[in-house]
Amino acid sequence: MPLIKHGALAENLFADVADSAPLPDEPAIVSLARFLAERETLLARNAPLGVRLKSEESPAALGEDAARLSLIVLEFAKFRDGRAFSWARMLRTRLGFRGEIRAAGDFLTDQLAFMHRVGFDGFEVSEKITPEAFRRALGEMRFVYQPSADGKKTIRELRAGS
Amino acid sequence: MYRYDEFDAVFVRERVEQFRYQVARRLSGELNEDQFKPLRLMNGLYLQLHAYMLRIAVPYGTLSARQLRMLAHIARKYDKGYGHFTTRQNLQFNWPKLKDVPDILAELATVEMHAIQTSGNCIRNVTADHFAGAAADEIEDPRPTAEIVRQWSSLHPEFTFLPRKFKIAVSGSAHDRAALKFHDVAVQIVKNKAGETGYRVLVGGGMGRTPYLGYVVGDFVAKPDLLAFLESVLRVYNEQGRRDNLYKSRIKILAHTLGEAEMRRLVAREFSEIKAAGTLTVPDEELKRIAAYFAPPAFEKLDDVLPESADKDFADWAKTNLHRHRAPGYAIATISLKPIGGVPGDASHQQLDALADLMDEFGQAEIRVSHEQNLVLPHVRKKDLPAIFARLKKLGLATPNAGLVTDIIACPGLDYCDLANARSIPVAQAIAKRFSDLSRQHEIGELKIKISGCINACGHHHAGHIGILGVDKKGVEFYQLQLGGSAAEDASIGEIMGPGFGAHEIVDAVERVIETYLKLRVGGERFLDTYRRVGMEPFRNMTYREQLHAAH
Repeated sequence: MPLIKHGALAENLFADVADSAPLPDEPAIVSLARFLAERETLLARNAPLGVRLKSEESPAALGEDAARLSLIVLEFAKFRDGRAFSWARMLRTRLGFRGEIRAAGDFLTDQLAFMHRVGFDGFEVSEKITPEAFRRALGEMRFVYQPSADGKKTIRELRAGS
Repeated sequence: MYRYDEFDAVFVRERVEQFRYQVARRLSGELNEDQFKPLRLMNGLYLQLHAYMLRIAVPYGTLSARQLRMLAHIARKYDKGYGHFTTRQNLQFNWPKLKDVPDILAELATVEMHAIQTSGNCIRNVTADHFAGAAADEIEDPRPTAEIVRQWSSLHPEFTFLPRKFKIAVSGSAHDRAALKFHDVAVQIVKNKAGETGYRVLVGGGMGRTPYLGYVVGDFVAKPDLLAFLESVLRVYNEQGRRDNLYKSRIKILAHTLGEAEMRRLVAREFSEIKAAGTLTVPDEELKRIAAYFAPPAFEKLDDVLPESADKDFADWAKTNLHRHRAPGYAIATISLKPIGGVPGDASHQQLDALADLMDEFGQAEIRVSHEQNLVLPHVRKKDLPAIFARLKKLGLATPNAGLVTDIIACPGLDYCDLANARSIPVAQAIAKRFSDLSRQHEIGELKIKISGCINACGHHHAGHIGILGVDKKGVEFYQLQLGGSAAEDASIGEIMGPGFGAHEIVDAVERVIETYLKLRVGGERFLDTYRRVGMEPFRNMTYREQLHAAH
């Protein structure tokens, strides 16, 4: 699946590793269950590590380890399931995660702007979501009312001229 | 009232264009109905039984004359000439065409209106006390707070795909006219011992299949912290609310499963983090800036007397449709949208236009929509009342029944709604006709009948002194009675009386309940007081005592 980062197609450097498969010597993504089971070994590896969370899995389970990961994949089982919006916020605030938060699974073009705002910066998209469609979706609404993880100035800040 | 600045205006215009593009993609087939559904819902567009329905936001129920005229114009140009005011202070059009909806929204944007978040699993249009800024019993006008909440909740990036819908109500008075305890979250302006105003926040109220009264989750939230507090509640809900069962996914279920102590602990944890980050703090200047928009009109020094009128109907209307105003010589006037035999909450384009003219003529900058599906003129000079009454009478808007047995709340029911099991409107009409005699209505006194055509409870039947719930029994409409509900400060959930009644029996059953009350009441008791004193049993015995007549 194509990966979009910073509004353009990007190469996916991470291998998605099944729970039963051996780990390659390259950047790899494992499930939360495997991460929790093999935490010591995985963190001791010499290659970037990513963890994949299902909609119902809170990143709180990663605790302080989150900061040691390069990538966290948040899956949307169904586009209507909005838990990942809060998981991304939690990663960017409480857990201080600065690596890539990648969206995977079932989400709509019309959700991209919200996802970008709460801290997603990688998007595993279907062929339908081209970089053009992606950029259009992010540009549809110029102004926002809420402070969020993207640091965008709010309407209130703009009003105050700051 | 609030006026958009350049940012608000661009926000709403861009939202219209975004939706125009979504509609185009739906019409071209790029989006299927499943994908389009949450997008249209968040722009107020439902697919009903016969057609689309567009629900337009009336934030905290406040409208200007200019906005009323626009609603009249839309009713004429794009609909069948009328609109329907809802129990959430919004206005619904029942017959728009999908292709026209972006244009309707664009026209609304020219008068600072929209349909954002009037549906969908997001934070819905915020409601408030319809007597805001006018009531004598108010601590503070709740609308500046509601406006701050409205802006914060508009396209909130984290809370637009919640487990279910989320309704917030705001009140600034100890007398609850906003049904606070039946909301997902309620914000009540209160004073602490030091005399400062702040917010008491309730969580977990709701109607529907499993009704609950909300409980207090924040005893006294300081004004600048309100958004941080609300964001905390919403985050707990978004993370932990159930998503496996549509009927268990409202915050009321989470709140009552977790219990008060655990809910408070979870909210407090989020709150401490969000507050520490500081970005959601509402600065004092912003509170003042917003509050300035809602400054009351300059009240004249007037004699506090109700003038005489040659029209004998005026006194009847004044008895029920006027409420005490904070300024001497002024009154709050309720314009009933419950004519006997009419559709509760409906208004024609002619009526909307004529009301706008009346507002201009009598210096009324605002009109309000109440959750009881009536309209309210908040600041009327008492000396103008006879003239205003005369005008309302000509418009068919002078029904003298505010708070009486014929002032019935009813959902659209099976006449319009996809979800309904039974019709609501004909039942409301039949009850109103049965009790149309005004002296009988006065004899009965305050009585709130609320009718829902299905368990989703849009007609607030759980909160009715007499609640009526339409059910489907093997393809036949039946109606269950509930007694003893209240949406006021003495909130309670009505109790089911027993087996349901057929469509031909329900009016007789309601009449027996009311006759029972008249026999049992002591002194000046309202129906609700008598019910609470004597309980269900006497009502049940009298109502089921023999076969109801099948003739009606």
